[in-house]
Amino acid sequence: MSVQRYNVRMAGLGGQGVVTASHILSNGVVISGGHSSLVPFFGSEKRNAPVESYVRISKDVIYEIGEIIFPNIIMIFHPSVITLGKSYTMPFYTGLKEGGIILINSKTPIKFSADEQREMEAINAKVYYVPCTEIANEVAKTELATNMAMCGAIAAVFGIPDVKSLGESVKDRFIGKGIVTSGGTAALDSAIEKKFAKKAKLLEANMKTLRATYQYVIDQGWAHKDAVLPEEEALAV
Amino acid sequence: MSNLNAQEEGKSADWVPAGDMQEEISLEEMLKLPRETIFMTGSEAARESIRRANVDMAIAYPITPQSETMQQAGYLYDEGYIKDYYRAEEEIGAFSAISGASRAGVRSLTATSGPGLMRGMEAISSWPGARTPIVMLDMCRVINTPLAIQPDNIEISFLLDTGMLVLHGENQQDFYDFPLAAFMVSEEVDVTLPCTVAVDGFFVTHARGNVSIVDRKYKLPARDGWKSAVPAMDNENPPARLSRDAPIQKSNFISYHMHSSWQQEVFSAVERSAKYFDKYLGGLIEVVNPGADEMIIASGAAVSQAREAVRQEGEKGNKVGLIKVKTIRPWPRQQIIDAAKHAKTILVPEFNHAGWLHKEVCTTLYGHSEATIYNGPRVFGGMTMPTEMILDWLAEIRNKTGSKNLFV
Repeated sequence: MSVQRYNVRMAGLGGQGVVTASHILSNGVVISGGHSSLVPFFGSEKRNAPVESYVRISKDVIYEIGEIIFPNIIMIFHPSVITLGKSYTMPFYTGLKEGGIILINSKTPIKFSADEQREMEAINAKVYYVPCTEIANEVAKTELATNMAMCGAIAAVFGIPDVKSLGESVKDRFIGKGIVTSGGTAALDSAIEKKFAKKAKLLEANMKTLRATYQYVIDQGWAHKDAVLPEEEALAV
Repeated sequence: MSNLNAQEEGKSADWVPAGDMQEEISLEEMLKLPRETIFMTGSEAARESIRRANVDMAIAYPITPQSETMQQAGYLYDEGYIKDYYRAEEEIGAFSAISGASRAGVRSLTATSGPGLMRGMEAISSWPGARTPIVMLDMCRVINTPLAIQPDNIEISFLLDTGMLVLHGENQQDFYDFPLAAFMVSEEVDVTLPCTVAVDGFFVTHARGNVSIVDRKYKLPARDGWKSAVPAMDNENPPARLSRDAPIQKSNFISYHMHSSWQQEVFSAVERSAKYFDKYLGGLIEVVNPGADEMIIASGAAVSQAREAVRQEGEKGNKVGLIKVKTIRPWPRQQIIDAAKHAKTILVPEFNHAGWLHKEVCTTLYGHSEATIYNGPRVFGGMTMPTEMILDWLAEIRNKTGSKNLFV
């Protein structure tokens, strides 16, 4: 890792799997041998309501807990977090540290107001757009895999966790030890499972989506020097 | 005892509750066992603690952020680690019922959060005087207006004078370790009191961290309800400690004497619990960088933020000390006086508006310390205190800038 710590603030909409994404990313880092912690932040669990989740990643022990007020990475899971203000943090880049990265799930650049543009430039924010929903639709045939696409993209930006560890984390989430996220998420899981009929297929689709955005970030030249996409392995389920 | 409703709940005739297969072992022995470290949420850490606590009866009413933990407790009941479990009608019902379970001599568990705690306060206030060992997990959440589901630990201040034992856990690890200690201490004969294990909701319950736990094949010894300051009620022992006698209800010298003796007993028992917590928690306080001129005194999640502030100051060559207060009741008065006596500056970061820890610290150090005790920093209503806030306060105090002196 080139920096001592990544402090990630994820913002999205209820139902998009923002909290799940934070669990998968964080768990992936721990599997890969790093240190990580996470905390979600949401109101009543309902679709389309604002959701934030925070992930800390470090080489060393992490003491801090709670929400991240001053992130160096912001991940926006849906454009309406910005355009409709569907967010707990307004404007969405509030607290971003100097030279920080904003990764936005959008096919096209978002038109910011003059003030927003100026303030982001003042802190030298780097804005990366990744069409995660489109990639999820294309690869997994469902936009429910958008969160997987976001995980793949950010893992390439950080160079951690490696793709194998991230895959292990996805496996943990859907068949392994199981990650407790929330009651609402459990209901959504069964809906996804019905759609895919088999968990193995679900895993495979998720992994393909992760890999697709990982490669996308490498192709754009935004990836960390440690980010490499290994050959696809058959998943042992 | 096993799950009496097992067949009705669809278990096969030869079903054996998982708890029956566990080996009983004292907490002293359990603390010496090798541990496995797992990355888990605070709710899961509490579940693993309850799994090893030999709980007879759990009763709770759901409220965010407590619900997830008690949902996990439901799985433990299904597996046979908890002998009986139900969702009560609401909190007064839950806390009255669990008091009945405790009076009957079984190991009793309940849990709540902020507004739920407030709703059940009448029942809770009756527990200590009735000498009912109960462990209540309290996942702190905003109670004052505007209401929110986010963490804020002002509710702990409401428990301080009830006569309950109150622990304040910092992280997921504490949420595994503290309940085990709470069960054992609350059931000691010379204690026989309920114990709250509070943590800051979401930041601990819904967040993941590394938790070191012992093998699930072990559990604590069962409660012996007759080895108790007030024996369990049964067919031979009528319920003790009921305020049923007419003289107690009247405003006269008898009511005063009765009340004073009960309260004296309760608060003496709180003090007597200290030696057990000292043994099981490795001290009532933890001190980082002892003897530093600048000390931070904190409990709960604020400790984690303070640790990071201490680390960052250390990188800059500044030695800042930290006192983590694990037990709020019993209050570690002498330990805090000893650990803070060298300090010139003391900060008390808190996640609540009232500053209850600050008040406790000021009362304790009055006449025992030359330090300036700053009234903060504080966040409330559900916000996390950024480490940067503690660092800013330290910088402003050193440079004598800002208006922090106004709040001394």
